[in-house]
Amino acid sequence: MPFSRRRFLRHSALATTTLIAAPAVFRSGAFGAEKPIVVGSLHDQSGPIAASGTPMVYALQLAVDEINAGGGLLGRPLKVIHYDTQSNIQMYSQFAQQLAVKDKVDVVHGGITSASREAVRPTFDRFKVLYFYNVLYEGGVCDRNTFCTGTTPAQTVEKLVPSAMKKAGKKAYIIAADYNYGQITAKWMTKYVKDNGGEVLSTDFFPLDVTNFGTTISKIQAAKPDLILSALVGGNHTAFYRQWTSAGMKGKIPIASTTFGLVNEPTTLDAAESDSILGAYGYFEELATPASKSFVEKIKKAHPDSPYVSELAACTYEGAMLWAEGVKKAASIDRMKVIEALESGIAFDGPSGKVSLDKPTHHTTRNAFLAEVKDRKWSVLESYSDVKPADTASVCDLVKNPTDTKQYIINL
Amino acid sequence: MAIYLIVALDVLNGISSLFLLCLGLAIIFGMMKIINLAHGEFIMLGAYATVISANAGVNIWIAMLIVAPLFVGLVGLVIERCLIRFLYGRLVDSMLATWGLSLLIIGIITTIYGNTQQGVPTPLGGFSIGSYQSSYYTLFLAGIAIGMMVLVYGVMRYTRLGLIARATMQNPAMAATLGVNPTRVYMSTFVVGAAVTGLAGGLVAPVSGITPGMGGAYVAKAFMTVVGGGAAMLSGTMSAASLFGAVNQVGAYFTTPVYGEVLVFTTAIVLIRLLPQGISGRFFKGNL
Repeated sequence: MPFSRRRFLRHSALATTTLIAAPAVFRSGAFGAEKPIVVGSLHDQSGPIAASGTPMVYALQLAVDEINAGGGLLGRPLKVIHYDTQSNIQMYSQFAQQLAVKDKVDVVHGGITSASREAVRPTFDRFKVLYFYNVLYEGGVCDRNTFCTGTTPAQTVEKLVPSAMKKAGKKAYIIAADYNYGQITAKWMTKYVKDNGGEVLSTDFFPLDVTNFGTTISKIQAAKPDLILSALVGGNHTAFYRQWTSAGMKGKIPIASTTFGLVNEPTTLDAAESDSILGAYGYFEELATPASKSFVEKIKKAHPDSPYVSELAACTYEGAMLWAEGVKKAASIDRMKVIEALESGIAFDGPSGKVSLDKPTHHTTRNAFLAEVKDRKWSVLESYSDVKPADTASVCDLVKNPTDTKQYIINL
Repeated sequence: MAIYLIVALDVLNGISSLFLLCLGLAIIFGMMKIINLAHGEFIMLGAYATVISANAGVNIWIAMLIVAPLFVGLVGLVIERCLIRFLYGRLVDSMLATWGLSLLIIGIITTIYGNTQQGVPTPLGGFSIGSYQSSYYTLFLAGIAIGMMVLVYGVMRYTRLGLIARATMQNPAMAATLGVNPTRVYMSTFVVGAAVTGLAGGLVAPVSGITPGMGGAYVAKAFMTVVGGGAAMLSGTMSAASLFGAVNQVGAYFTTPVYGEVLVFTTAIVLIRLLPQGISGRFFKGNL
């Protein structure tokens, strides 16, 4: 038998296909008689948002493993179908369709940026697939098919701004990323600064690829604020904290941020650059409660190289557990029955404490925490229990309008 | 008064960092007409080389000024031998290949180091003018930019090496007839270009966020500057970097950072419309 290039290529192609297909074939055969309940997962594990998405996948997997270890739901095991959306909105649309139509999943957890959520939410509405969005965001989503378990500005910015003002003074300078999250968060910051009797000297927005903050630092110095409020986003924007320190401004004007430390800025910046920056979120890895410690420990044990376990991971875990509670209570996997069960005041004690679903908004009432960076770690200063999603509640009432599917832009 | 000095320093900072970030690209593009779309990733590799060696205990100055250019120069050598040398004279193919290369480099770095990386603190520190603060690092960058300019000019103008390089640039066939080996000249040009880019990456490492995708933030402006500068490697790049750097910084200061960016791109469009050959196609013809 002659060994030709064509034959070699054909054989190696065949072998590769078999190798790639084998795990899928084996796995689908393994479950046997009890058909698993399928949980869809759409998270970015590559591209610029990967450092946020990776721990979320770990957290979802942890929740599913724990439920399976306890015998599954309704006597059936859970199975996760995960797609890496590659920080690409097009992938979100594509995989959302695939989860709904081809994989016929029973629930989807996923979406990270607000843009990705708005890309997939209509798909899940159309195909009637229950959807959980487990990320802090600007608030206002009002959709009976969607549950948003992360914090909104009324839960975090509202705490952050007054405590920062109390520490620093009344005159604030806002710097924010130039897309919907930054723009809307800057509005919330302005509102809370004014509510607390302060004044906003200036608001600057930065496209995500800005890397040189020299002029901004000069402008801030010329404006002489007491306090800087930052909603800068992404790797390029971390340059601001570096350049701020290198200009010798560190410690002269305090910084409070709604985004700093959500991924792992405290560990990637030097202590001198990040010390005493204030932040407020629904969860910090450093929380010392037993539930939080064991949660972090389990994730780090399974994935020693996991990035910072932030609110994103905690909310994903809690979101999955809330959904499981709903299924248990409904005693069915039928979408409407689960939604009704979830609306009946379901609560779960997770790593961040007690989280309960709010019927009219489909958001969560949860604890919020204020913390300060100390030696490249967050040190939690204060905690606020049972904070309500008041911003979304002011515009959204799914009890009155159950067919609503809009994201409201909250007028301030 | 002090504020004008500070703004002047910001402008200086904008110009010198832009110049440093473009110089390697200008060398490769100007000499060989190869469009290296992996330029941003060379910057990223330089930054990573600096950060990783500095965190491993190497002195920060050595990491920035020696390790980064050396490492990226070596990477450039491998890439030239394995990929680029087959693509001379094939402009479109070289764009496609280097674009693929840039994705590959990002993928490799992400696989090895993950999506984020601890940075290094900025050395030197700040000084004050009146009630304003600025960073010594700005002055250091400007110094390096001037140093690089002098060095490149000196080598190209006064050494035999530079003479051979310029001859090959102008007419490779004639240079080959006279006994120069163009393959070797191209190879060393690419390596030098890569090393200079690596140096730029090392220099921005302490003042930027280090991620595998960081090159993307620099590559568009670098290309714009090189094309806006035109054929003359040094004077073209320098004049275009001054123009765009100043427009960006002054624009950002008097309006907002968003308009600062918009102004730069508008300037570039107008410039290319008025001077299709770039600045040096009109004003510094025949210069280096």
